[in-house]
Amino acid sequence: MPEGSEPDVRTGKGILRVLTCGSVDDGKSTLIGRLLLETGQVFRDQLEQAADESRRRGGRDADVDLALLLDGLQAEREQGITVDVAYRRFATGRRSFILADAPGHEQFTRNMATGASTADLAVVLVDARKGVVTQTRRHCNILSLVGVPRLLLAVNKMDLVGWSEAIHQAIADDFRAYADRFGFEGVVCIPLSACIGDNVALPSSSMPWYRGPTVLEALEAEPGRTESEAVAFRMPVQRVCRPNSGFRGLAGTVAAGRVRPGDKVRVFPADEVATVARIVTFDGDLEEAKRGDATTLVLAEDVDASRGDLIADHASPPQESDQFACRLIWLDRAALVPERQYLMRIGTGTAIAQVTKLKHRINVDSLEHVSASMLGLNEIGSCNIMLDRRVAFDPYREVRETGGFILIDRYTLATVGAGMIDFSLWRASNLTRHTLAVDKRTRAVQKNQTACVLWFTGLSGAGKSTMANAVERQLFADGRHSYVLDGDNVRFGLNRDLGFTEADRAENIRRFAEVAKLFVDAGLIVLVSAISPFRAERRMAREMMEPGEFIEVFVDAPIEVCEARDMKGLYRKARRGEIKNFTGIDSPYEIPEHAEITLKTAESDPDTLASRIIEYLRSRESTAPET
Amino acid sequence: MTRGSVHDGRSRRLHALEAESIEILREVGAAFERPVMLYSIGKDSGVMLRLAEKAFFPGRMPFPLLHVDTTWKFPEMYAHRDQMATETGFELIVHVNHEGLARGIGPFTHGSGLHTDVMKTQALLQALDRHRVDAAIAGARRDEEMSRAKERIFSLRSSAHRWDPRDQRPEFWHLYNTGLGPGETMRVFPLSNWTELDVWQYIEQESIPVVPLYFSAVRPVVRRDGMLIMVADDRMELAPGETPVRKRVRFRSLGCYPLTGAVESDADTVGAIVRELKSATHSERRDRAIDHDRQASMEQKKQEGYF
Repeated sequence: MPEGSEPDVRTGKGILRVLTCGSVDDGKSTLIGRLLLETGQVFRDQLEQAADESRRRGGRDADVDLALLLDGLQAEREQGITVDVAYRRFATGRRSFILADAPGHEQFTRNMATGASTADLAVVLVDARKGVVTQTRRHCNILSLVGVPRLLLAVNKMDLVGWSEAIHQAIADDFRAYADRFGFEGVVCIPLSACIGDNVALPSSSMPWYRGPTVLEALEAEPGRTESEAVAFRMPVQRVCRPNSGFRGLAGTVAAGRVRPGDKVRVFPADEVATVARIVTFDGDLEEAKRGDATTLVLAEDVDASRGDLIADHASPPQESDQFACRLIWLDRAALVPERQYLMRIGTGTAIAQVTKLKHRINVDSLEHVSASMLGLNEIGSCNIMLDRRVAFDPYREVRETGGFILIDRYTLATVGAGMIDFSLWRASNLTRHTLAVDKRTRAVQKNQTACVLWFTGLSGAGKSTMANAVERQLFADGRHSYVLDGDNVRFGLNRDLGFTEADRAENIRRFAEVAKLFVDAGLIVLVSAISPFRAERRMAREMMEPGEFIEVFVDAPIEVCEARDMKGLYRKARRGEIKNFTGIDSPYEIPEHAEITLKTAESDPDTLASRIIEYLRSRESTAPET
Repeated sequence: MTRGSVHDGRSRRLHALEAESIEILREVGAAFERPVMLYSIGKDSGVMLRLAEKAFFPGRMPFPLLHVDTTWKFPEMYAHRDQMATETGFELIVHVNHEGLARGIGPFTHGSGLHTDVMKTQALLQALDRHRVDAAIAGARRDEEMSRAKERIFSLRSSAHRWDPRDQRPEFWHLYNTGLGPGETMRVFPLSNWTELDVWQYIEQESIPVVPLYFSAVRPVVRRDGMLIMVADDRMELAPGETPVRKRVRFRSLGCYPLTGAVESDADTVGAIVRELKSATHSERRDRAIDHDRQASMEQKKQEGYF
């Protein structure tokens, strides 16, 4: 037969990948069985085999259970259930189809999402007697999450509702109203009876009011997954082809867009610019390769590209990041553990991934956000992921092939999750990127604490250093990481050039605050012990920290008590006029107006007061939002 | 040399299937250390061979072919195998279960079940172990048999070579998980989404050489158990009253000759086979005795290690 007469050559349409969603109760098996039968896909011996099996299980002779044609595994046939996704080919005179049949029981989300990941169109079944039910909405929700662009609503069992136009219309309206929320590219609604055959392959004579296509006509007419001319070129490098020293080709399948010799491209992650010299195939060089083509590119420049790299359009490059927000479908019986390491496969590359934050779970029936600390089998969550290196990607809604990934358990090697990238968490400058891998939060998380500054202020002799030391001892015993910046000690070194004038006091506090800020960035709990008499300087220090990081502790003791203690003999010297600008004598102390904690050191012992601070820190950590 | 587009006058369906298969074969070449491609000499093997040439062009296929020889193939098949190996220069490993051979295991004396188990399934596992194969590529298609419709493209086998159909890795997008634990191996099926018709149309488009037994000719056959069995050599003993008759037949599927039935047909060119298939009423595996021992027999054999 001459090739030109082949229908798919004439119509120029490729294979359409179709996912069917629905349960046996909706008549899904009957519909698929009928599609296969009426397009001549079921061979006589296969039908006889199904009939044998039907009879063996006590079915009626004339009534072959069409589901037996579909259930492929012995366990399924014996238990009358379908355990796994099945893929079947069928063809009409005009077009070829790959049908992914996802069973509708407890493994439902996992199976349906698997089938949806490659589908161009989904057939959603409803029973005309029941209309749009929770399960129908769940189908829509998953299809929209995974990004299936087009839907065909099969309103089945029309024979059982008297072929009623009004009923069909009501269901179709109901369905469209729901589906419209998601912006599917196309929704077709067809009233049918899979059992009798109306509107499956042949038009129905019982529903003269319906003038639309049959299921087969609708499938044949589907445009398939179209790609606009504007989509930029992407090709993950699958393998380097180097048969001899004179040839170096980068083999891969074009994931998006198109490429021609002479095009400028960029190779990630190196981000080197190169020019496409040749597009090599066994059947000769190509002038153009486009989405889905398996090709080998030869670049004019000697660029060090290897498996896992992404070749992309020069003018519209992908994003690069090592942290992003995504939606994740969990596929494994062992639940997702945040902070645990998994392998991520994205494009042809692999990275080590960690879910840093599970923001919420998505209820597939209602799309409501549910707070969650874990993600179990068949659950979908919204989370942040961190990688051990930067990868090039596109948001999933823009390019499926460079925005979808799978997670693999590092020990069992099972495929445990499938994810869709929404956006990078770092869209800012290189400076931000530079501090990504280990930042304040990760350092603090490593130390099992939340970094902060405890700023002890008060008169000389009020007990600031005593309190800071008492608190640090308890922190240390608790396994926390801390450091005390003491007024006197810092003045011996860093601040030895400063005196006690108002200007020098202000500079003294500024330096304290800057050092404290660095230590907080290191993930430490910093205890500053300094008289810091002026509100303005304390406010300056507070504003240098992030909100919530600065904890002002007013160490409050009456000046008489302090003067009586006078452990360093300073009050006596000040009274004698030997020290100028002494706080409380000839320099004011501005009492804190909004201290987080006030400690009356004259009324309790230091360890009791220190416990109050520890208690404060604990409750703060348990309620603080993660940053 | 340069062509405008890959679709000029070609089928987009075959082009899409070809591209997907090439991607799968390249993945095997990149992700595994000691893969082999199972070569059964049939039409599917011929198509896989061409796809592998394309996948690694202008380089060579980075893995050898493995033929598990039951010693009961049609003579024309051996001739074709040796000719292809000479012409294409591929490395070919031929493995025979010599233990089974020494015990005289054969389809006539021991029945199709035992013969297939010892000379095919056991032999295959011996070869995979001997060559420490981590990935075996095979030409099985999902349209061939019901349990195959549920098998993954990259299908994991335990260290005992067993398939667990209830615990398969979901395959999302084209992101294949090729990871192997200790002792585990992978079976890879690049023709999963092809149909028998696709295979023949591709053979037509690509002018792929196939064993002449696929084409109709007058051949000596006897009718046994409802199948037309060809009298291929003198190891076949005729039952009393059994007389070979000359019929115009061809084979849709090629296996061990005593287990493979011929069909009456006039199709003597690839084009004629394509036309015949378009009006076929029976599946190609009807004529394979191995599939009918009992319901789900293929699944059972696959669990035990058969392709």
